[in-house]
Amino acid sequence: MAYLINCPYCGPRTTDEFYIKGDASKQRPDTIGDGTLDTWHDYVHIRENVRGRMAEHWHHTGGCRQWLVVERDTVSHEIYAVTPASTWATSRKGSSTAARKKPARKTAARKATGRKTGGRAKT
Amino acid sequence: MKYSIFSLARNAWSGHKNWQPAWRSPDPKPDYDVIIVGGGGHGLATAYYLAKVHGITNVAVLEKGYLGSGNIGRNTTIIRSNYLLPGNNPFYEKSLQLWEGLEQDFNFNAMVSQRGVVNLFHSDGQRDAYVRRGNAMRIHGVDAEIIDQHSLRDMLPFLNFDNGRFPIMGGLMQRRGGTVRHDAVAWGFARGADMRGVDVIQHCEVTGIRREKGKVVGVETSKGFIGCKKLGLAAAGNSTTVAKMAGLELPIESHVLQAFVSEGIKPWLDNVVTFGVGHFYISQSDKGGLVFGGDIDGYNSYAQRGNLPMVEHVVECGLAMMPSLSRARVLRSWGGIMDMSMDGSPIIDKTDIDNLYLNAGWCYGGFKATPASGWCFAHTIANDAPHELNSAMRLDRFRTGYVMDETAHGAQANLH
Repeated sequence: MAYLINCPYCGPRTTDEFYIKGDASKQRPDTIGDGTLDTWHDYVHIRENVRGRMAEHWHHTGGCRQWLVVERDTVSHEIYAVTPASTWATSRKGSSTAARKKPARKTAARKATGRKTGGRAKT
Repeated sequence: MKYSIFSLARNAWSGHKNWQPAWRSPDPKPDYDVIIVGGGGHGLATAYYLAKVHGITNVAVLEKGYLGSGNIGRNTTIIRSNYLLPGNNPFYEKSLQLWEGLEQDFNFNAMVSQRGVVNLFHSDGQRDAYVRRGNAMRIHGVDAEIIDQHSLRDMLPFLNFDNGRFPIMGGLMQRRGGTVRHDAVAWGFARGADMRGVDVIQHCEVTGIRREKGKVVGVETSKGFIGCKKLGLAAAGNSTTVAKMAGLELPIESHVLQAFVSEGIKPWLDNVVTFGVGHFYISQSDKGGLVFGGDIDGYNSYAQRGNLPMVEHVVECGLAMMPSLSRARVLRSWGGIMDMSMDGSPIIDKTDIDNLYLNAGWCYGGFKATPASGWCFAHTIANDAPHELNSAMRLDRFRTGYVMDETAHGAQANLH
């Protein structure tokens, strides 16, 4: 695997600065709406375990402490993209949560933009 | 042919030119009673016990590479049964008992060496936890003893007992634990199964699972369609890939675990020793190389190779425990793909799909379980119901909440 992760806030940093949370494709069910046993079981335990291009949540624990989404290949270990988690979540196509909560989506998007222009990317 | 001192003498007489291959390389038959996907340790052990214990010999083991090319030849060869939880401990103890009689049973030298496994502890709290685990083992009838620092100094004088941050206070020892020559386990089970009529088919990749009216009726392979009455999956590392062919989604992630071996040195380390601070385990092979490993790399992977930060982490742990290791050079390192289950415990069960059975989720503890895994999986397939020993290793335990989480890390596969 590529040894360097190109953090959007800090630039290229070594992988051991990061904590890996895992699969970013899972959407937390609504506690009230679709919070049945099956959906929670699916969210907590079931994994697609992609062979190929996969998106994962990484936390830059030893750096800017921001949550990121690293898209990479689980066979070749090539890294395709590193995105702030908030930007990635709001730009997901066909995202059911995003479609359901339009106002929240706007707020999150504004927050992400604010962070980007906040100067941290330059430091 | 039965291996013995007489067969050795007979073959020596003819210049060792007449040894026969240990197993056949048959073409697949059109259909079988049972097909096992995966010719690793667990798959071959399953076929062996199906034939030996249950008399089911119309069995094929399909392996996409060569026999034993996966984790059975990539692990650090440790066997032990020092588990805490009631659903795990009797199972692993059964495995250790099978190891103890295995070589006579399948007539193959697997170099089972019960040299003792020591888990070091470094604080009062950790000692309490190991005492508790040792007591749980003894309640299950498994041997366990706490070794104090004084005795440990006699046994392993080169440990870093007076490390300022992590002093070694003692260890939990299981004397019946030890190491086994891992390749020979695959070869012994393959030969034993083959002698009883099982077809071990190498370079035969399963590409699809055919179902009719919901039931599994056979598999599509690189050598054509092969029918079966029952299908067992034992494809560690690729369990989710194969299960998806039957429309089954699993609570498993694939992760890479690295292992290392040093240059050969003179006999130095008598036991298997594990470090209680980081995750580090080491033993010395009969060739003299120090065999050691640590944690998984932490990211999902299907590549059988790891990354440098984990190499550094493992070596740091090793040096903190045995500073003299710094004088040994690492000869080789490699990676294997682990089925990391969401609670850190394995699955041996029938599935909701008729005729489909699953053996998966071994995390990185699969090698020691090889004989009992095969024994229990064979029982589950033959009787269409789990044995008491694997009755807690259910696939539906994640849904029902009866998870078996030895380390209490929760549903986070890369922490188990």
